[in-house]
Amino acid sequence: MIQITDVNKIYASGFQALNNINLAIKPAEIFALLGPNGAGKTTLISAICGIVDATSGQITVDGKDIVSDYRHTRRLIGLVPQELTTDAFETVWTTVSFSRGLFGKKPDPAFIEKTLKSLSLWNKKDSRLIELSGGMKRRVMIAKALSHEPTILFLDEPTAGVDVELRKDMWQLVRQLRDDGVTIILTTHYIEEAEEIADRIGVIKNGQLILVEDKIMLMNQLGTKQLILDLKEPLTEIPANMTDFNLQLKNNGLQLIYSYDTTEEHTGISVLLQHLSVAGIAFKDIKTDQSSLEDIFVSLVKETT
Amino acid sequence: MNRYAVAAIYKFEMARTKRTIFQSIISPVISTSLYFVVFGSAIGSRITEIGGVSYGAFIVPGLIMLSLLTQSISNASFGIYFPKFTGTIYELLSAPVSSFEVLLGYVGAAATKSTLLALIILATAHFFVPLEIAHPFWMLFFLVMTAITFSLFGFIIGIWADNFEKLQVIPLIIITPLVFLGGTFYSVSMLPPFWQTVTQFNPVFYLISGFRWSFYEVADVSLITSLCVMGGFLALCLLAVTWIFKSGYQIRR
Ligand SMILES: Nc1ncnc2c1ncn2[C@@H]1O[C@H](COP(=O)(O)OP(=O)(O)OP(=O)(O)O)[C@@H](O)[C@H]1O
Ligand SMILES: [Mg+2]
Repeated sequence: MIQITDVNKIYASGFQALNNINLAIKPAEIFALLGPNGAGKTTLISAICGIVDATSGQITVDGKDIVSDYRHTRRLIGLVPQELTTDAFETVWTTVSFSRGLFGKKPDPAFIEKTLKSLSLWNKKDSRLIELSGGMKRRVMIAKALSHEPTILFLDEPTAGVDVELRKDMWQLVRQLRDDGVTIILTTHYIEEAEEIADRIGVIKNGQLILVEDKIMLMNQLGTKQLILDLKEPLTEIPANMTDFNLQLKNNGLQLIYSYDTTEEHTGISVLLQHLSVAGIAFKDIKTDQSSLEDIFVSLVKETT
Repeated sequence: MNRYAVAAIYKFEMARTKRTIFQSIISPVISTSLYFVVFGSAIGSRITEIGGVSYGAFIVPGLIMLSLLTQSISNASFGIYFPKFTGTIYELLSAPVSSFEVLLGYVGAAATKSTLLALIILATAHFFVPLEIAHPFWMLFFLVMTAITFSLFGFIIGIWADNFEKLQVIPLIIITPLVFLGGTFYSVSMLPPFWQTVTQFNPVFYLISGFRWSFYEVADVSLITSLCVMGGFLALCLLAVTWIFKSGYQIRR
């Protein structure tokens, strides 16, 4: 759906915000672009949408070049920018209708009505934007982006300043759109978010795309699980019959932690438990912990520094 | 041609006028009317006729030009500058519109507004001074062409400006003096020779002269000269705007 080839962006200040980006976005997927502040997420989105010009490289959308065929490519794209920028004195209805016209679509009040209703904005349709709360404005921005029925939707940090309820609604809507065939690219700092909603995840840092992976694959590949045993009596060292296991002692010897790979056929848990009872080690409690995408992300970002 | 986009921008800008009706219509109408009262009714009766036209009537075309020029410029420049200022320009930049379509929407709306304003002022002037319009067609032609030309000029300023000061400086320190010194209040022939020569370099002088001719058939220069200067300035603005779009100057970051 989107093909990004060798894209670089050097701002007028001389700062290189994108460094040789190569990326292909598939139709009807939710792609999460993850990265710390200043990584280049907004710049990448802006380059695809035509807000900034890439210094070099090529971007195609639906097989068409975004520069020479901008009329075709931009019609397909809806963008919800990171900043809440609205015309304060316009009403919700006029601003959303304006966006539809700007993107070359015939007026369609019924469609605008449907869009506003799906975003719970219908009762606010005649309110001026200045009278709306931040979360409502964010929804208006989404309505504007959806007003011309795009097949690609960019959401640049859609959940900044959005409460839990709205966030849930938003993800619901995003999934719905994806199921209707819309390709969605969103950026976020929150790893849980990417984990929750994305089909694929790209990690960007210092203008470089350091990883692009299917979410499930990513979590499987890098995901180790831990079995945590709270012991009755502290241990000073790992018992001799268990040195083959990947074990750690923590909490002054009161916790025994076993790390294992979830993708292995035999996790070795039952054998470990047998060994424990042979060695006469009693435990009060047992639990497992899976490393989240967050841990993966943090370790990745650290690695490349 | 993305005509829905042009229509959307045009409508948006016209709606903005409705919201700011005081600043964009009522206030210029009032301030121009003050001139008519002061010069037309009060002082005007003590000033002799110029070229067979009573003084109050003589100054009407120039004063209409003053509002037309300043409003065309400020409407168009503000229209395109404001989205840059608030950040809503992102939508314009990411939309499937060409620079020409953007221009058509903004300049079209600005020219419409200032033409309407000029007509309102003309109607108001009627209350204060005796008016006759010898060539209504030419009068409208001058109005519309001047509105388009200076809206274009305002559009260029709006693209160039990166703060509010720059936005206001041109109408204030260039246009207003040019109008006042361009023969709004006097016939150039009343000036000493040196100032007559200086006036020849004031483009607004030709506009006012032509416009006034359409009312009273009195002019400082021939109609052809006025038309040529106006056409020349329009061509200059078109050239500048083409160059700006080609180079991507300032619209695109
Ligand atoms: N117009 C500009 N001129 C110069 N440098 C810029 C410009 N816009 C952005 N940058 C720089 O480019 C880098 C990437 O910025 P970008 O906005 O793409 O980051 P981001 O990943 O979206 O960050 P955030 O998570 O904070 O939104 C930053 O270092 C920023 O300072
Ligand atoms: Mg950003």
